[in-house]
Amino acid sequence: MDIHITDLAHSYPNSVEALRGVSLDVPSGSQLALLGQNGAGKTTLVKHLNGLLKPTRGTVRVGDWDTREHSIAQLARRVGFVFQNPDDQLFKTRVWDEIAYGPLNLHLTQEDVNTRVERALEACELGNVRDSHPYDLPLWQRRWVALASVVAMQTPIVVLDEPTTGQDAFGLARLVRLLEFWHAQGATVIAVTHDVDFAVEHFSELLVMAEGRVIARGDAQILANEQVVKDAALDAPQLMRLARALGWQVLPVTPKQFVEALASH
Amino acid sequence: MSILSVRNLSFRYQQATVPALRDISFEVESGTVTAIVGANGAGKSTLGYALAGYIPHFFKGEMQGTVRVNNADTRQTPLASLVTQVGLVFQNPFNQISGAKLTVAEEVAFGLENLGVPREEMTMRVQRALELFGLDQVANQSPFALSGGQQQRLALASIFVMEPPVMVLDEPTAQLDPVGTREVMESIVALAQRGQTIVFMEHKLEWVARLASRVLVLDQGALVAIGEPRQLLARADEWGLNETRYARAARLAKARGLIAKDALLPQTLEQAREILDL
Repeated sequence: MDIHITDLAHSYPNSVEALRGVSLDVPSGSQLALLGQNGAGKTTLVKHLNGLLKPTRGTVRVGDWDTREHSIAQLARRVGFVFQNPDDQLFKTRVWDEIAYGPLNLHLTQEDVNTRVERALEACELGNVRDSHPYDLPLWQRRWVALASVVAMQTPIVVLDEPTTGQDAFGLARLVRLLEFWHAQGATVIAVTHDVDFAVEHFSELLVMAEGRVIARGDAQILANEQVVKDAALDAPQLMRLARALGWQVLPVTPKQFVEALASH
Repeated sequence: MSILSVRNLSFRYQQATVPALRDISFEVESGTVTAIVGANGAGKSTLGYALAGYIPHFFKGEMQGTVRVNNADTRQTPLASLVTQVGLVFQNPFNQISGAKLTVAEEVAFGLENLGVPREEMTMRVQRALELFGLDQVANQSPFALSGGQQQRLALASIFVMEPPVMVLDEPTAQLDPVGTREVMESIVALAQRGQTIVFMEHKLEWVARLASRVLVLDQGALVAIGEPRQLLARADEWGLNETRYARAARLAKARGLIAKDALLPQTLEQAREILDL
């Protein structure tokens, strides 16, 4: 399912102009990392995809739907959304019920719902807390409950707002497996993240925002542009910075690329 | 003198079957920066609660052993007194914001109001905190109108302003962009240079290597290693920690015979340069 965003602007009621004209086409099946400083408008942008926010100007189309003409509930069938703060979306008293809620609202059979919940529990390693109250779980695990509820919805578009926050090595590995799963399913994944190193290793495309606008789009090499990195309050990937400090002309991004380059120096 | 002294600390949350902390002992010297690392579920936040006295005063469960802050046993000292000694910044900034105040400046002032600090001094301290954490431009906005990163800085500012001798920061930059992260880390350095004792829980190992003079590694509730950052962080994968890319590249380089097999893995850009800049 394609996403078409045309000249999108959004001002909050306190008149903060969070988005100042964003135009973006995201073809079906894309995996896009959205980078940029705090306050650049990343969350504001992605909240337009499931209708949590409506444009002050411009349009957002999710497939053939103009988001202004559809409710959040309707858009939830097309766009799964994991909030930056999982507590913003967790509301059931049992992990199992939280994950089942979305599928139940899709009017699937109980059997289908059960299958989806079980799969999501497994993918998110929540099997042993299925009967727990989400708020009895630590924050990092509540994040996984929120992720699981989106996994179970099997939407063609998935939005993850800062999924890398507070993850340890096991969590990041599990996240990578989820991304691979979604990729194999042909789902479009848009992830807002501050983890530049994670973004360049697991997303083929990066989108950089600053002050309500998109300032760069492309593969990891857009981060070789020091102005872009500065304007977006980012750091270039660790190894890119190291290569630059060593005076290399070609800037590798991943550990493998770095070692290849090291061998040839 | 140890400003924090933990002896044989164990804790099991009330409804849990497994203890969250198991027989932990360590000391923290005044004016130092200590990092606590570990996989999720290892007990980092729980240890933070114990250092600040929320365990046992707020979280129910079974506690054994002692935690002493400035020689005061946290079990015997009221929480109202402990909060002036140990400022804890929660992992989730959304939980720290009181909801009782309409503006960012008032939120930062809240703790000082409760301590009865005179108005003039309060204004000055609040202004300093706002500036230090880059919130002076949003001082009159509602705390709930801030972005996630701004809210995290607000949580930090509102504890910093109270000037507790010990600050325990639970993943203080989790919501922040790289520049924001650097700014907070630099603030931590500045505080440490002024004699503040800082304990911080962190997944971003590059910053642990840069800032901490000492690292504690938690694994399933137990303290499995204490020591100097670079040595310990080289064993990141043993404990489910997020190895820096410098370390990962160095590992691969070692396997290819491009750097000496006994070279200690770099955790920062500077350390990596040293190994490679020959």
